Amino acid sequence: MSDYTKTTLPNGLQVLLKEIHTAPIISHWLWMRVGSRDETPGITGASHWVEHMQFKGTPSFPAGQLDRDISRDGGTWNAMTYIDWTTYYETMPADKIDLGLRLEADRLQNSLFEADEVASERTVIISERQGNENNPIFLLDEDVQKVAFKSHPYGHEVIGEMADLETMSRDDLYNHYQRYYAPNNGVLAVAGDFDTQAMLARIEELYGPIPAGAEPERVARPEAPPDAEQRVTTSGPGETVFIRAAYRSPAASDPDFFALTVADSLLAGPSNLNLFGGGISNKTSRLYQALVDTELAVGVGGGLQATIDPFLYAITITVHPQRKADDLIGPLDDEIKRLQDSAPEPQELARAVKQAQALFAYGSESITNQAFWLGFAQMFASYDWFESYLERLEAVTPEDVQRAAQQYLRPERRVLGVYQPDGAQHG
Amino acid sequence: MAKALKAQHLTSIPGADDILRAELANGITVLARHNPHSLSFTLRGYLQAGGIYEPDEKLGLADFVSSALMRGTEQRSFNEIYDRLESIGASLGFNSGTHTVGFGGRALSEDLPVVLDLLSETLRTPSFPDNEVEKLRAQLMTGLALRGQDTRDMASLVFDELVYAGHPYGRAEEGHPETVGAITRADLQAFHAAHFGPRDMVLVIVGGLEPAQAIEAVRGALEHWTNDQQPPTAELPAWQPLAEPAYKRHEIPGKSQSDLVIGSGGPRRLDPEYLPAMVGNNILGRFGLMGRIGDVVREEAGLAYYAYSGLGGGIGPGAWTVEAGVNPGNEEQATELILSELQRFTDELVEESELSDSLSNIIGGMPLSLESNGGVASALLNIQRYGLDLDYYRHFPGLVAAVTREQIREAAAKYLDQQRLAVAAAGPTREVLA
Repeated sequence: MSDYTKTTLPNGLQVLLKEIHTAPIISHWLWMRVGSRDETPGITGASHWVEHMQFKGTPSFPAGQLDRDISRDGGTWNAMTYIDWTTYYETMPADKIDLGLRLEADRLQNSLFEADEVASERTVIISERQGNENNPIFLLDEDVQKVAFKSHPYGHEVIGEMADLETMSRDDLYNHYQRYYAPNNGVLAVAGDFDTQAMLARIEELYGPIPAGAEPERVARPEAPPDAEQRVTTSGPGETVFIRAAYRSPAASDPDFFALTVADSLLAGPSNLNLFGGGISNKTSRLYQALVDTELAVGVGGGLQATIDPFLYAITITVHPQRKADDLIGPLDDEIKRLQDSAPEPQELARAVKQAQALFAYGSESITNQAFWLGFAQMFASYDWFESYLERLEAVTPEDVQRAAQQYLRPERRVLGVYQPDGAQHG
Repeated sequence: MAKALKAQHLTSIPGADDILRAELANGITVLARHNPHSLSFTLRGYLQAGGIYEPDEKLGLADFVSSALMRGTEQRSFNEIYDRLESIGASLGFNSGTHTVGFGGRALSEDLPVVLDLLSETLRTPSFPDNEVEKLRAQLMTGLALRGQDTRDMASLVFDELVYAGHPYGRAEEGHPETVGAITRADLQAFHAAHFGPRDMVLVIVGGLEPAQAIEAVRGALEHWTNDQQPPTAELPAWQPLAEPAYKRHEIPGKSQSDLVIGSGGPRRLDPEYLPAMVGNNILGRFGLMGRIGDVVREEAGLAYYAYSGLGGGIGPGAWTVEAGVNPGNEEQATELILSELQRFTDELVEESELSDSLSNIIGGMPLSLESNGGVASALLNIQRYGLDLDYYRHFPGLVAAVTREQIREAAAKYLDQQRLAVAAAGPTREVLA
């Protein structure tokens, strides 16, 4: 599909480079294989907090100078923590990207984690969590994930439990950083307006001297799918009822992931895996027709995420104000059963492929999004996964979709969560 | 390291030599620009049918009409419209603001005729089917219920009501449950008939299409549309800043966090103070991890996950605000910190280094903001909306570089005078603050 360069430095850092000369921009991403999947009770939220601390300075780039330097050069930068990974990026005018390279190579090993910065960031992260708690969907999601996984760390939210955010120490965070931040646990992805040989030479110069670390021990063990449906009710303020049906889904590297991707597209409209670049509506999807068009719900959406271990395929429904959650479960199950009972028409599959092609075209407008994919796909598979994505979707047959629905969308594989406004006066 | 590709990239900033503009016989202005690297296109535009034309008792009418356009036309049902769009991975949608109804869509380049046909149909011949209107009403009412539970939305709503009392900017564009509940199908039809027309409509297409071809396609789809009823573009009434500081707190029981909005009305896009205010705002609450406000509220005091400032700067005196999400127990402390930063901003010149940093940031960030079809489409819409030169974005670095520290202080003192600021908060009941 396109040319790119992939190599590994002697210290284990994987490097992926893709030249794109459509705009004078370079996007540089450092991906670390650490996320909430690497957290045990007591330190939930550590990966995300460490990500925050990476903005608090090193001896060479003191706090405050980092953002000043990047911003002064007209760049944009940010970081994200997910269940499987943590990533840092800078997108900058092409002639300024060296700063991004120097900064990431530096904070990969030299972040200070000063005690007063840890203390000040504790309240910021607690505030972030409280902002999340204001959203009923976050509260519901947190309860559903907790029930969906008994032992796997996918059972807690990336932001972490409030109790842990209140008690985690500076050393807990610093140990987490030291354990997982080593070149052999990272992937460097750069896309944009550069010459590959020159870029690679500079990367070797900056990242090459960083010593490899010990292979980090992994706490996550794949958890067997549940054998009975579980239900959970979340109560809280508001007037609107939400339903979340979360089915144990296959890992992204599982061949079934593609059949379930098509099933999701037919049921709830295409999931958009691009981080930058907008999606499309889902009003002709089967669940919209069955639930929203019939005035049982006012909105429905599906979400299949590309993860290392089997995670959750979640269908989220906003219930019509005149309906109860129980009114919708039967129609939801009927629609899923229809897909399990009869294979979809080939033209429905062709449509799902065309939608995916369009989403790809939209995503390719942004160099930042292209660099994102270069590293993101490495986190759960390899960049070939992305390159062959459309091809593999096209290879999915109607029978594959039917089988995926039969295998993955059974009630016993799911947690059925309901957000029920309690009507109480909180206070 | 970067290749010497400067000459080739000069064209990444749109200008007179690569923007094609045409005015159709019925008053629609079309702007188009080619992106040879793109397989798709973005279409955006607006027409003069915003909330400013609706009465108080029907607040939300323009929003309801714009949402209902896609619910069925004389030619196609709701399902047929979306089937046509979604089967090709395309999108098309409408939204409304105080002045205009906006629209936007995207598709693969070969599908421009499909999107233009649907745009033309939904603009000209919506049928507002009864059952679809009622389905939509339930969705809008749910949206209003969710807004009522959203501390950020409610703080913003309360702020607008304080600062723009009696002015169109003080009204909630999406209405209230009682006003949306009172809108009838006949209201939708009448508003559409009276206000949807081609005069002063603007449409922009950017992407993998030759501009001349794009403009001809628009001509074919929309030039025959006329509406003799369309009234003249509404004048915005004058707005007066507050005579004294105002404070209002909105309670939403059971919430964990509070949101604050502090500020006043800002300059209009074409006011001479706009560019100084824009550069000043970058220093105040955008630069780096959100400027001075981010430094003081988040980095130093650890009071908030988000804290930044924003400048409206549109047709009228859009708001110039500082916003932050804080623990309910810290509302007062955060408010005091923000007010004292605003005082410093209005009293003292910004540092020379702050000005040069922000100028570099704004000018250096242009290629990034103009990277996508959507980014260029927004720039083209701005050019037309504010009557700017087609080469405006190429001149822009020189224009902002001329902004001085004194001009920033003057703009700040004029629009963020401590005695005229509003403080709006939304959060849980006060009993839980202990």
